[in-house]
Amino acid sequence: MYLGLDIGSSSSKVVLLGEGGEILAAQVVNLGTGTKGVGQALEAAYAQAGAGPDQVAYAVVTGYGRMTYQGADKQITEISCHAKGVRHLSPEARTIVDVGGQDTKVIRLNPQGGVENFVMNDKCAAGTGRFLEVMARVLDCPIQSLAQLARAGEAPVSISNLCTVFAESEVISHLAAGVSQANVAAGAIHSIATRIVGMAGRVGVEPQVVMTGGGALNGALVDALSRSLEQPVQVLGNPQAMGALGAAVFAREFAQKRAAQG
Amino acid sequence: MQNQTTQRTSKQWVDQMLREHYEKARQAKAEGRLVCWSTSIAPQELLTTMDIVTMYPENHAAAIGARRDTEPFISYTERSGYSSDLCSYARVNLAYSEIQHSEAENMPMPDFLLCTTNICHTVIKWYENLSKELNIPLIMFDTPFNHTDEVQEHNAKYMKGELYAIIDQLEEITGRKFDYDKLRQVMEISNETCYWWKKATEKAAAHPSPLDGFDIFNYMAIIVFARGTTEARDLFHLWHDELEEKIRNHQGPWKDQEEHYRVLWDGIACWPYLRYTYKTLKKLGINMVTSTYPKSWTVSYETGDIEGMARAYSANVYPNRNLNYDVANMVNLARKFDLDGIIFHSNRSCKLMDFRQYEVQRRVLEECGVPSVIFDGDQTDPRLFSEAQYETRIQALAEMMAENKAKKGRAAQ
Repeated sequence: MYLGLDIGSSSSKVVLLGEGGEILAAQVVNLGTGTKGVGQALEAAYAQAGAGPDQVAYAVVTGYGRMTYQGADKQITEISCHAKGVRHLSPEARTIVDVGGQDTKVIRLNPQGGVENFVMNDKCAAGTGRFLEVMARVLDCPIQSLAQLARAGEAPVSISNLCTVFAESEVISHLAAGVSQANVAAGAIHSIATRIVGMAGRVGVEPQVVMTGGGALNGALVDALSRSLEQPVQVLGNPQAMGALGAAVFAREFAQKRAAQG
Repeated sequence: MQNQTTQRTSKQWVDQMLREHYEKARQAKAEGRLVCWSTSIAPQELLTTMDIVTMYPENHAAAIGARRDTEPFISYTERSGYSSDLCSYARVNLAYSEIQHSEAENMPMPDFLLCTTNICHTVIKWYENLSKELNIPLIMFDTPFNHTDEVQEHNAKYMKGELYAIIDQLEEITGRKFDYDKLRQVMEISNETCYWWKKATEKAAAHPSPLDGFDIFNYMAIIVFARGTTEARDLFHLWHDELEEKIRNHQGPWKDQEEHYRVLWDGIACWPYLRYTYKTLKKLGINMVTSTYPKSWTVSYETGDIEGMARAYSANVYPNRNLNYDVANMVNLARKFDLDGIIFHSNRSCKLMDFRQYEVQRRVLEECGVPSVIFDGDQTDPRLFSEAQYETRIQALAEMMAENKAKKGRAAQ
C-alpha cells in the first residue's frame, strides 16, 4: 500500500493506493498544517481502506506543511504532485489550474507529463481559495453554496481590486449600494477567473485543461474559467485530493524502483 | 603583491578591504577631503583622478540589508511621507542621510553627489532630494536608454560632452585642475580590474564550477567601490588564480555538497535573506554559477578614449539596453555556463528589472529550453519575502531540472 499526503494551508488530504495503483482511500479534512487535520485524515483513510499504517510500503508528503512532517520517506512539491495526479487520471492533460487555500498555480505539462513550466500567485491572496473564503464570509454564504449563489447572478458587478482586503471593502460598498448578493458573488467569481487567466497566459494554455484544488469544487468558477479561457475545463475525481493522489503515485513508483534495485 | 597573496586568501582580502573602506573614508572626511556619494555604476575614473573619496549608497544599503537592519530606516522614510513602493535602497539611504548612523557601517556625509542614470531613473529623484535636503551640488551623468541594439552616435557624443562637463564641475568643486595624465593611468587600472573581474567570474563555466556563485555578491562590493585601484585589480587577479587552482584540482564550489544543478540568478540579491536563499539552494546542490551582474561592472574601453568610456557606461549595464539584448545576453550565458535553470528575483524595489522579466523568461525558455522560476522578494525590505513560497518554487525548479537531466540521460543511452 502506498501513501500520499498533502498538507495544505487550510486542509489535509490523504490518498492510499493499492499494489495495482487502485485508489483504496481518499480523504479530505478541512484543517491544514499545524492542526489535528493530518491525523484525522490519516485515520479516516486507514479506516476506509481497512488497513493500518504498518502496511504502508512507501509514503510521500507534499503541500505547504511537507517540510515539517516527519512520517514520510520523501517530500515533493505540490507542483510535481498535482502534475502526477492529473496525468494518472488523464494522460491527455497539458495544463493544470490548481486553486488551493493560499496558492494558485498554473502548470504546463509536456507531452510526456513532465512539468515544463509553472506560475504561482505572488504573496497576494487574489485568485486563491482564501479570496473565495473571504467573499463567502462577506456575503454571509456558506462556501459550498457560493457557486449556486453566483450562478443566480445575471448582472455580475465588476470587482476591480486585486488586493483581497480592498476587494472586500469594494464588495461591501456594492452591497451597501443595493447590488444583489448573487450579482456580487458572480462578480467575485469572475474576478478570480480573470486573475487566473492572466497567470495562465504567462505559461501558455494547451488543451486539455484540468482544474484541481478546493477551488475546483466551485462549479461556477470552473465555468467562468472555461468561458475566459475559451475552452473546456475538466474536473477529475476528487480535485481537492489531486496532490495527495500524485504523492501516492510517486510513492508507488519509488517503491517499485527501490524493489527493482533490490 | 606576491607577499600579500601568500599571506591571505582573496576572501580575507575582500573582508579587509570592506572594513577599511568605511574606516578610511571616515578618516579622510575628518582630514577635510571631499566626499562624494555616487550611484553604483558610475564613471569613478573622474572621481578617482581627482582623489575624491567616493561612497556608494547602494552598497551601504545592501550592507545594512544583509544585517537585517533596514527596518528602522524604511519605517523612518515611510513616516517622512515616502511611499512604500519606492525602491528600498532609496528608502534606506534617504533615512540614513538624516539619521546618519547605522550599526552595519557609517558612511561619511557627502560634499557633493554624482548620479548616473544607466541603472534606473529612480536615482534621479533620489539624488535630487539628497541634493536639496543636504544643500550640496548634484552632478548628473545622463545615459539615454538604448532602444536600438547599439549605442547611437548622437548619444555617444552627448555623453562624451557630459563627461567633459563633469570634469569642469569637479574642477569647480575642488578648486583644482583636472590631471589628464592621471586619468589615463586610472583608466588603465580600471580596465585591468574589470579584466580580472570578468576572467574570475567566467571560471564558473568549468564543470563543476570552482566558484560558489553567491561569492559574486560579496566580491561585487569591491568592483563597485575600488574599480580604479591596483588593490582591487590584484585582488581579482588572486581570486582568478585561486579559482584556476581549484579547477586544476577538480574542486567544486563546496566541500560538503556536490554541484548537482547550475543556475543563473537574475536580479539583485535578497539581502535580508541572503543566508536563507543561499542555504535553500545549496541543500539541493544548486549552485548559482552566474548572474547578469558580472557584465554590468565589466566597463571596458581604450585607455584615453573618453567617448569609448561614455559608451561603455551606457552599454554594459543591461537595464540600459533593450529587450533583445537582455534575452540574447541570457541565452548566451545559458550556453556558456551550461545552465540547468534560471532563478528570477521579482524584486519589488526594481520596477525596471521586473518590467520585462516575464517576457525574458518566455523568450529564453523558447530559445534554449532552460526552465526557470520567478519568486517575489525585495533587495532590502524584509517584509516582502516569504521563505515557504521561495522554497516551494526552488524545489519545484529542482524537480524540473532533475526531470530534464533524467531525460538527457535516457537520450544518451
